[in-house]
Amino acid sequence: MLSIRYLHAGVEGKDILRGIDLEVKAGEIHAVMGPNGSGKSTLAQVLAGHPAFAVTRGEVVYEGRNLLEMPPEERARAGVFLAFQYPIEIPGVSNAQFLKAAVNEVRTRQGLDELDAMEFLELLREKLALVEMDQSFVSRAVNEGFSGGEKKRNEILQMALLQPKLAILDETDSGLDIDALKIVANGINSLRTPDNAILLVTHYQRILSYVTPDRVHVLVGGRIVRSGGKDLALELEAKGYDWIREDAGAVQPARA
Amino acid sequence: MSMVATPKDTYLAGFAALERAGTAAPAWLHRIRRSAIDRFAEIGFPTVRLEDWKYTNVAAIAAIAFPPVLAEAPAGPGAEALEPFAFATPGPRLVFVNGRYSAKLSSPASPPSGVRVTSLAEALVTDAAAVERHLARHGDWARNGFTALSAAFAQDGAFVHLAPGTRVEEPIHLLFVAAVPAAPVLSQPRNLVVAERESRATIVEHYVAVGDDTYLTNAVTEVVAGEGAIVEHYRVQQESRRGFHVGTTEVRQARDSRFTSGSVSLGGRLARHDLNVRFDAEGASCELDGLYVVGDRQHVDNHTLIDHARPRCTSRQLYKGVLDGASRAVFNGRVIVRPDAQRTDAHQTNKNLLLSESAEVDTKPQLEIFADDVKCTHGAAVGRLGEDAVFYLRSRGLGETAARTLLTYGFVSDVLARIAVEPLRARLDALLMARLRDARAKETR
Repeated sequence: MLSIRYLHAGVEGKDILRGIDLEVKAGEIHAVMGPNGSGKSTLAQVLAGHPAFAVTRGEVVYEGRNLLEMPPEERARAGVFLAFQYPIEIPGVSNAQFLKAAVNEVRTRQGLDELDAMEFLELLREKLALVEMDQSFVSRAVNEGFSGGEKKRNEILQMALLQPKLAILDETDSGLDIDALKIVANGINSLRTPDNAILLVTHYQRILSYVTPDRVHVLVGGRIVRSGGKDLALELEAKGYDWIREDAGAVQPARA
Repeated sequence: MSMVATPKDTYLAGFAALERAGTAAPAWLHRIRRSAIDRFAEIGFPTVRLEDWKYTNVAAIAAIAFPPVLAEAPAGPGAEALEPFAFATPGPRLVFVNGRYSAKLSSPASPPSGVRVTSLAEALVTDAAAVERHLARHGDWARNGFTALSAAFAQDGAFVHLAPGTRVEEPIHLLFVAAVPAAPVLSQPRNLVVAERESRATIVEHYVAVGDDTYLTNAVTEVVAGEGAIVEHYRVQQESRRGFHVGTTEVRQARDSRFTSGSVSLGGRLARHDLNVRFDAEGASCELDGLYVVGDRQHVDNHTLIDHARPRCTSRQLYKGVLDGASRAVFNGRVIVRPDAQRTDAHQTNKNLLLSESAEVDTKPQLEIFADDVKCTHGAAVGRLGEDAVFYLRSRGLGETAARTLLTYGFVSDVLARIAVEPLRARLDALLMARLRDARAKETR
């Protein structure tokens, strides 16, 4: 579904990603872990098409298409979804209005009929239950005045509504209490089907107790320095990131 | 004998024709008209040398001869042409074509007893005393060429009179239609709203065009709010993209009266609105909301003046603007707090959103405070859409234009939400959302 090859990207002439290679197949969940500043969020943002980042080398193929040539909205319409680490507040636009616009935009581009107000409300009610949010949530302005946990749950709500093929979650677990974490994990698991893939970017192993990854990758200095099964996450949790940093340094002495 | 006639000559000739026609104006009105045309002959239209007109150049108006409409009830458009501007409210609707009352298109309904909703031309006959007491008495018609020209041709417009204690529940819809079959015309509605003690009404002044023509609307409205009266006033300007619009609203407020204003400016090649409020007694309050959404080469200018002449009055202003293309907006908010106007509470905010590189805003708060026990704040902002927010929406599948339009809608939605006339709010809401859909359609092509 997703092939990342030798991806270099950054801002203002400074590479943050320095040669990422990653293969994600349909039905898989991949966790990308790493210390602060390792490039995890940059990878997520680049895949979603954030204009602030420039890709300098490498390629990304998504379902046979050159992802990097697609503007962000086309990626979304083709089934790519990014749950933001810091969801944006949009004063004056109600959550319902925003969600309906997004759902119908993606539906029409996929050749489906737009949902009318009633159909949308029905769908919304079902998905709200999934993330344990009440109806009042949708009449408020998008993310405005939401608590950290509410913002993250709102991201999962959007994901549940848009039903992406490839969901990228950028530290969606950070700053959540255990109840919110379970809700978020539940939302992720409900998306797990043989046709979908999930890229879980996280700093901590915690969420992986609820969402079992097929593969775990460790990102250090803009490169994947180690990949393994779900046990790798536990090892990281136990030992921290330092050992792997040293390890990586030993393997790749040329790195500055 | 043959001389090149200047546009100014057109107005003077129009005035002479009005005099010859001997329209039965009462002597007091005749005197005002005469002084006003003399004043106009003397000063003409304002120029950018005047502080109040520094950012709004009306040379394009001054260069065109707009013959005043003198005839009664011009043929006008068919009722179906006005359909897009109707509201689904059962309230009275007066329609004016090129500034003249059209009985055929109007549905005055039957207002409650003690309430008069009619044309000024008729009121000059039927309500002579009330008209004489108020018409052209509020605000200084000699102030500039536009107000002088309006006074010189004062003959028709809307007349609303609320006897003490009366209430009109449904909004009174005043629809001013520009319909220009051939040459440019000068349409000069002159409106008078008198709300006596403890009365209450909602008035919607609505300026529209049925074609895409060049004309000049020069409208003046006087609102007199008696003791404890509540007047909700909306002013929606949707002139043609080639039309010129100049309007003045003069508001006088008695003790404990309340005036709310929603001034929405969408159309016109050049549009200027002066909203002047004076508190004549203690305890009065006003809330002025404004919204202007312009593009291309449109120019919109809002001047507000709140004269806190008496103590314990409250004013709040929120004007928001959205500018695209090479459009230009001016906001000048002047607040005067007179020496004995203690315990004044005045707040003013003007926020502008620029959608293009070439749009420009001149925003200027002007506070003149001569009392010491007052609470006055003002704020002005000019900004652009946040690129992170644009990306957020795009990452959810909205095209760039649709994303920007939704964010823009979000920017204006608080002003829209303050419009208490539901059908009007819904209409304006739909108008802005239609731009969202248009943007989307354009993108798909």
